[in-house]
Amino acid sequence: MRHRFELQVGPVAFRVGSAWAGPVAALRRLYAGYPAPAGACDFTVRLEPERPWRRWLRPSVAIRGDYMLPDAAPLALAHGLLAAEMGMNLQMALGQRRFLLLHGATVERGGRALLLTGHSGSGKSTLAALLGERGWRLMGDEFALVDLADGCFHPFPRVVSLKNQALALFDDVAGERLGPVLRGTPKGTIRHLRPRSEAIARMDEPAAPRLILFPRFGRDLAAEARPVGAAEVFVRLTQASTNYVTLGEVGFAALAALVAGTPASAIDYASTEEAVGLVEALWAA
Amino acid sequence: MAGPLYIADPADCVRAVPLEGLTALYHRPSGTTHILAPPAPQILEVLAGSPADADEVAERLARRFDLASEDAGAAIAARLSELEAAGLVRRG
Repeated sequence: MRHRFELQVGPVAFRVGSAWAGPVAALRRLYAGYPAPAGACDFTVRLEPERPWRRWLRPSVAIRGDYMLPDAAPLALAHGLLAAEMGMNLQMALGQRRFLLLHGATVERGGRALLLTGHSGSGKSTLAALLGERGWRLMGDEFALVDLADGCFHPFPRVVSLKNQALALFDDVAGERLGPVLRGTPKGTIRHLRPRSEAIARMDEPAAPRLILFPRFGRDLAAEARPVGAAEVFVRLTQASTNYVTLGEVGFAALAALVAGTPASAIDYASTEEAVGLVEALWAA
Repeated sequence: MAGPLYIADPADCVRAVPLEGLTALYHRPSGTTHILAPPAPQILEVLAGSPADADEVAERLARRFDLASEDAGAAIAARLSELEAAGLVRRG
């Protein structure tokens, strides 16, 4: 590919190739301070024109790579950064076999990890990013990587994808940590946030799980927490995993150990401040 | 009542983990995960590698787990048919 960028994020090395300079320049700026891979890359993402002439004419970015979805819609070149991020997520979701992957965000404090998992729009990503600015170490906002041998979570601190109203919560973050505002994407308005430098410096430090939370955001919801039984946690986490079925028995063993050893609660909230309060209270309990 | 005979896979074909009263069970031959409520895990245990009909299963359960009731046979027959649908027991 004409333009290339390689980066290490926790235990995973990516190579991103692009037919255009723009997306790679945006990635370099956003991922400033991340290490280059020490060895071979695990996954390759390619940003290519959907058709050869679409490199120049109404440029249209198709997300390709080691693993592809045949019906993935191409994005406008202005959203090339989002295409690169989606491409990296896709490689993980479809190709990662070394860890049990749970769709969720993880943060760490005092050497122990908190997993936030739930449906899209539950606010887990925003909540994790906010905690990452308030004394927690952001380990990742998209995937929890569960070690198949010891059950620890491995950090995967990619840039956070802030969506729509969440953008305003991070206005006071240093500008160099924020990407461009991407309007009109398939997911609405998006802006990427680079985690704090501590999260990047400590991307090799796993943490044992201590608490699992299922956040649910709703304007009319009363702030409340309730415990979730182990069998329900187990089922919800199989649904939150992208590779549980593929891993077979090792995935079952890793998930069963996680569920057996980690208390879980569901939290409802109508504002992020309420959510932060609930998280702190449950963590302290 | 002499109903159909059922058999479950041998014990080393499943991996069971207790989850607060329920059981998460990994079935190795099919690679599927099941969440089971009592007495389903106990039924699988007494049927592992040794066929029996519903009445015999009820007797085995009564001997091993102290699970006795008046119409145990009918309840066990219903559970057996659910386990058959889930692919965890088959007619033997």
